[in-house]
Amino acid sequence: MTHPVAIIGVGWAGFRPVTPEASYKELIYEAAVRAYADAGVNPRRDVDSFVTVSEDFHEGTSIFDEYVPDQIGGAQRPVHTITGDGLHGLAAAVMQILTGRFRVVVVEGHSKASNILTLPHITAYALDPILNRPLAANPLAVAGLEACRYTHESGATREQCAAVVTKNRRNALRNPAAAYGADLRTEDVLASEAVASPLARLEISDHADGAIVIVLADAETAGRLSPHPAWIRGIGWANDSPSLESRCWARAVYAERAAAMAYKMAGIGNPAEEIQFAEVDDTYAYKELQHLEALGLCAQGRAGPLTVEGATAPDGCLPVNVSGGSLGVGHLLEASGLARVLEVVLQLRGQAGSRQLGDVHTGLAQSWRGVPTTGGAVAVLSNQLGGRES
Amino acid sequence: MSMRRVAVVGAGMTRFVRRAMETPKELAWHAARMALDSCGLTLNDVGGVCIGSAPDAFDGVHMKGEYLSDGSGAWGKPVMRSYVGGGTGVFLGPHGWYHVASGLFDVVLVVAEEKMSSFYPHAQAAFLTIFDHTTERPLEPNLLWIFALEMNRYMQAYGISKRDIAQVAVKNKRNAADHPCAMLGEANITVEDVLNSEVLAWPVQRLDVSPVSDGAVAIVMAAEGVAERITDRPVWVQGVGWNLDTAYWTNRDLAYPEYVERAARMAYDMAGVREPRKEIHIVEPYDPFDYKELHHLEGLLLADRGKAPELTAQGVTARNGAMPVCPSGGLLGVGNPITAAGLMKVAELFWQLRGEAGARQVPGTPERGLAQAWGDLMQVGTVTILGTQRPA
Repeated sequence: MTHPVAIIGVGWAGFRPVTPEASYKELIYEAAVRAYADAGVNPRRDVDSFVTVSEDFHEGTSIFDEYVPDQIGGAQRPVHTITGDGLHGLAAAVMQILTGRFRVVVVEGHSKASNILTLPHITAYALDPILNRPLAANPLAVAGLEACRYTHESGATREQCAAVVTKNRRNALRNPAAAYGADLRTEDVLASEAVASPLARLEISDHADGAIVIVLADAETAGRLSPHPAWIRGIGWANDSPSLESRCWARAVYAERAAAMAYKMAGIGNPAEEIQFAEVDDTYAYKELQHLEALGLCAQGRAGPLTVEGATAPDGCLPVNVSGGSLGVGHLLEASGLARVLEVVLQLRGQAGSRQLGDVHTGLAQSWRGVPTTGGAVAVLSNQLGGRES
Repeated sequence: MSMRRVAVVGAGMTRFVRRAMETPKELAWHAARMALDSCGLTLNDVGGVCIGSAPDAFDGVHMKGEYLSDGSGAWGKPVMRSYVGGGTGVFLGPHGWYHVASGLFDVVLVVAEEKMSSFYPHAQAAFLTIFDHTTERPLEPNLLWIFALEMNRYMQAYGISKRDIAQVAVKNKRNAADHPCAMLGEANITVEDVLNSEVLAWPVQRLDVSPVSDGAVAIVMAAEGVAERITDRPVWVQGVGWNLDTAYWTNRDLAYPEYVERAARMAYDMAGVREPRKEIHIVEPYDPFDYKELHHLEGLLLADRGKAPELTAQGVTARNGAMPVCPSGGLLGVGNPITAAGLMKVAELFWQLRGEAGARQVPGTPERGLAQAWGDLMQVGTVTILGTQRPA
């Protein structure tokens, strides 16, 4: 990228299993106020455009973009929604800044999952209405099938998947924002009830409520406003087939392609060498392993053994989901990708408190849109202008 | 820093119909393939895909962008669905533009699909869920009611009559008689027909309103340097604008769409348009209701406040008038599969500016056109300005 873009402000509210005292608007407002204070911007004066992410059925409101401008300071300003993960929203903001017509762009994502009484019923509406929905399968079955195929082809074991759970929930104990920190043993995970075989209850992330707002700026503005810009060196996104009948079940092709796009932009030839830590989607435990392999951060079939050996622990050679990931922080619906970005930014700034990693300069955030989709995105962030920009 | 220029190089659309037999994916693909064929490209030439579709409730499909992705040509590609309610179709102009202008993509396929007939028995009921769940939904409001409120306010503020407004429906439905994809083209319709049609929610009558429709539209956008190799007549994106007003629509003066003016000013500023009434040669404003065309012409600064009906009465906005408005036939005539109808307006500018609009072709050699859409709770304005001249 000849004209780099930086994250200059982050703000969040949450994350907790339920937030009966706050509406989604209040959660978003709290996150926005923190982000604008962090970035040193006035949304009514300094922000050129706002991007929000949401899905109508998760909100329980059609045309949900109606309800976002007020609490982010975006009324009578350019505001639009991306019906994607927060990382897709981040990509939209990056593109807007790269056009040269926008200097400061804000991205908002949130989850009020506790308002959804029957989330699996909602998710079932994402299955093809003609070919798949008449089968009336619980959509978690899609994850169970994929877990089967992935573990079969990669050789990953149930114990290796369980090691992801124990690691991430333990990491979350050191993240004050995480909803599901816990000190679990592998046996606890394996002994938990089978939900969609082979997936057991503790291998499935629970949902949390919260909101995340991120402020992005062009290089000149970032240099002027921010003492610690987190540069977006590369960003990419891609989909595999949405049809259950024609997708790849073993590999996360969407993550492979999104990563290839992001690495190309970042000028990264050997991600396993150049990425120092990663926040990847772990909606289900096996997804962390599958995604690490798709991102080229380890060889095919190696993610499981590396996890058991502790390579992906905070003191390992490739810390993964130091924040706790979705398993430890809580799954934040469309804001999940922004939670991954948030942790990368805090680590790059040295603001991650007791879970701060040592000298890190380059991290990766990755998201997946959940069953039954094959959509995902990747961002590579750095606290220095490395690669081709230097 | 100089902006990377972006052009529209191809367009395609399905017929707009009340109940399509095709699945949503198939509708999307028909339009996408027509757009690619129109400029001699294949999916191999497409770097990324932009999707627009209105509320998931219409199709009854959660995460509709994911569902539509392969039908829209995005299998294995970066795909992003943008959304601003009814404004989405024209927002696809800015959305595709920033994909290409960013430098990340040389060619994007932009697809708008809507299948409202899936909502049974009538898509109108889906709109019950757009209102605030605490303050408004318990009143069980209907979308027609709030637009009836707005139409009433517009009429009251400027002393406009039903007859003044009905002329818009007549003009657009007559224009649509020349559109091969139109659903409600009617060459002989009269003002009396509109005024005698069934009252839905006073002052809104059946022929004041666009129909529930199924359909899809797609365009191909390409970067400077690439566009000229694809076609010798690229149509350039000269300006884009969008603006979202507060969710509290009850606090707005409904007589004037300020958010449309703000979106228009953003686009005029980018396009370097200082005198829009002289510099915009074709207008495709959003006309889901006949009064909205008038309302929007005023918001776009193309007519004085309360004076747009006079332009219509004088024939200024006729296809052969000084400022043709909705030469396509608009939503009132061609049909209103929500986002597809918005992108249809952008596609119409593309065809008109290339002289390819057939029986709908406006006279002379128009150099610049503006498409605009509107949506949400009478809240969002989206604008795309296309022109034959490459931006400076």
